[in-house]
Amino acid sequence: MAETITLTVSRYRPEQESEPTFQSYDVPYDEDWVILDALNYVKDQLDGSLTFRWSCRMGVCGSCGMMVNGTPKLTCAIPLSDYVSSGPIRIEPLQFFPVVRDLVVDMNGFLGKLSSVKPWIIRDDETPPTEGEYLQTPAELDVYKQFSMCINCMLCYSACPVVGLEPEFTGPAAIALAQRYNLDSRDQGAAERMAVLNEHEGMWGCTFVGECTEVCPKNVDPAAAIQLYKMASATDWFKSVLLPRGSK
Amino acid sequence: MLIVGGGGAGLRAGIAAAEAKPDLNIAVVSKVYPMRSHTVAAEGGAAAVIKPGDSTEAHAYDTVSGADWLCDQDAVEVFVEEAPREMVQLEHWGCPWSREPDGTVAVRPFGGMKAQRTWFAADKTGFHMLHALFQTSLKYDAVKRFDEWFVTRLLVNDGRCLGVVAIELATGQIHSITAKAVILCTGGCGKIFPFTTNANIKNGDGMALAYRAGAPLKDMEFVQYHPTGLPATGILITEAARAEGGWLVNKDGYRYLQDYDLGTPEPTPVLRSMELGPRDRLSQAFIKEQGKGRTLEGPYGHYVNLDIRQIDEKVIDKKLPFVRELCLKYANLDPVHELIPVRPVVHYMMGGVHTDINGATPLAGLYAAGEVACVNLNGANRLGSNSLTECLVFGARAGRAAAEFAEQSGLVDPSVEAQVRDEQRRLHDDFLTSTHGTERIAALRAEMQTTMEEGAGIYRTGTTLDAAVETMGRLRQRARHLKLDDRSRTFNTELVSALELGYMLDLAEVILRSAAQRTESRGAHQRTDYPDRDDERFLAHTLVHRTTDGSARIEYLPVTITKWPPGDRVYGR
Repeated sequence: MAETITLTVSRYRPEQESEPTFQSYDVPYDEDWVILDALNYVKDQLDGSLTFRWSCRMGVCGSCGMMVNGTPKLTCAIPLSDYVSSGPIRIEPLQFFPVVRDLVVDMNGFLGKLSSVKPWIIRDDETPPTEGEYLQTPAELDVYKQFSMCINCMLCYSACPVVGLEPEFTGPAAIALAQRYNLDSRDQGAAERMAVLNEHEGMWGCTFVGECTEVCPKNVDPAAAIQLYKMASATDWFKSVLLPRGSK
Repeated sequence: MLIVGGGGAGLRAGIAAAEAKPDLNIAVVSKVYPMRSHTVAAEGGAAAVIKPGDSTEAHAYDTVSGADWLCDQDAVEVFVEEAPREMVQLEHWGCPWSREPDGTVAVRPFGGMKAQRTWFAADKTGFHMLHALFQTSLKYDAVKRFDEWFVTRLLVNDGRCLGVVAIELATGQIHSITAKAVILCTGGCGKIFPFTTNANIKNGDGMALAYRAGAPLKDMEFVQYHPTGLPATGILITEAARAEGGWLVNKDGYRYLQDYDLGTPEPTPVLRSMELGPRDRLSQAFIKEQGKGRTLEGPYGHYVNLDIRQIDEKVIDKKLPFVRELCLKYANLDPVHELIPVRPVVHYMMGGVHTDINGATPLAGLYAAGEVACVNLNGANRLGSNSLTECLVFGARAGRAAAEFAEQSGLVDPSVEAQVRDEQRRLHDDFLTSTHGTERIAALRAEMQTTMEEGAGIYRTGTTLDAAVETMGRLRQRARHLKLDDRSRTFNTELVSALELGYMLDLAEVILRSAAQRTESRGAHQRTDYPDRDDERFLAHTLVHRTTDGSARIEYLPVTITKWPPGDRVYGR
């Protein structure tokens, strides 16, 4: 087994250079390491200026998404051993996002998209907590549960060809989270969210090739969420044409 | 007003303040995007009395006895009373709690609890709570976020906290944000130790900021070791694995907890018994078992096994899916068929910034809630599933109290702006342009962590503590000569690490000195040279003040007893 492994890492320091460059680091190979551990070895021992985000190192905080050999990956959740036999490992910032520095991308755009779909419970009647919980059966929970597992890691945006062409597209994770609330038996806000989503054309550009679902580290299926939306939206349109007297 | 930290407590505080005083401007300043906060990693559940047959009185007694009587019982009473309302509120905000067939919220057993009262969202409870809170917070226009801003100092003038100085990481600009009230919600400091469940961001920022600003720290010697972490990484295997029927076995496959006054083994879980004993006792039993040579040894030290093979695979996939996922990804084993190697791992700080039951610290205008604070709810040992609920109950209380304080107080004196220039100078001169540095951050951090483990681990003695204090003094000297590779302004994570190391070194000294001076054994603080609890001298909180020369001054504060006089902690019988 290899004793060292080479990381070829994208560097971009806006105060020093106008374009990203690549820098290579040799790190010891440890079969128990994930990719993130190798990056932290660089940071701690070789070059404290290498810049990336990370926190939980257990695949739940969503901080450490990067391109690994050209594919969006959560670097704390993939073993180094998967890459040991294939030569240097190329690590780049998530594509389709503006790069702030090295492997750190600007994700404020996503925060705006997330807010725009109103990802909170909307109800006509709020009852006070003193009257107890809203009932929800396990079957009702299962309807939206998978869409609630999104950790906002941004891998799906980086995999999405529509985002690449049309950065304003609300995008897979935000649409999945909109669906998460639409499908929640406690929520009555689907129509409000539909109005927001219909403002943008992006959704219709989605070709349902499902790259977003493919790269999701949490088995969320954003592609299915988008299809559900298209169907609901089309149904609304047909109803408005066929039943013009305001039936919904 | 301003909140430092965007985890469970910080977001709950922000929403509470926005609802109480809709005209306030509320800033949430966090060094990470709020959904990255470490609340996200909590797994097993959150406690609140909800089912028939349970009572807040019973929840209070479990908490008080679990805490080895060091908690303040007025805080415990407020907590158990307000917990159910807070939990239902979070349900109304969309938290996907696991449910019973009739649609009511499901509960599970948890360590040290005499009734089933732990609400859960499978075994990703913290994740779901955090995302529900964060997404709900987005609907309040009054809450303005400063994401990825790192606070380096509290602004204090004339005995009152008036805001913060913070680095905007994306640009490297150093700003002051003034506020009529500040709430610290920055969580714990597990990263002071080498082996911890805590995320990289858990460096005790808020504890150190408060301490440096003149607010005392309380009961910092009480460090919780969770009994079941994966040996290589410290990744947490939730207590829920035992609540659903998992066993802890030694190298002979023997359920060794029966040898440590924790009850007799039964095939299915028994409340307040065996594997459902409190965390301090279970972690201590591991060390004793190791002393008898009955643990196993692997590349990452001694361990025992957690056996969940007797739990039906369907139950594991329904109620413990994250346990299975973590084992498959990070330990290369399937717990449906294989034993999980585990060992005790630093998990939680019972101590923190001294507050009253409204989150107020002795420094006017400064509040704290969540793990950063010490109310004191958790005493000498926190019960599993009380801390997530604590974030809600005391986050909300602190939010309301700080909002009230902000409304009552006058404009902030603009003269504090001078302090931001001092801070800019300090960061610039000591870190970004300093040329005399030689020390690497990672090396010092590793030495600090080893020193803490050796000096203030599960069992301590005066000798190891004194030695650790001395080593820590040397490390603090060396930390004045850090060498940074990164001199740039844009997203300088090395500068952040250097400042975090400074925070941790301050707190390490406080932990060691508090532990050295508490010459008794209570809960998670076990002195082999003083093995007994000493209510005569130490039914009291340790309060550490930072003096003007930077050294620690310790005093003691009596514990508040309302209904439950000190007694024996009895488990399994």
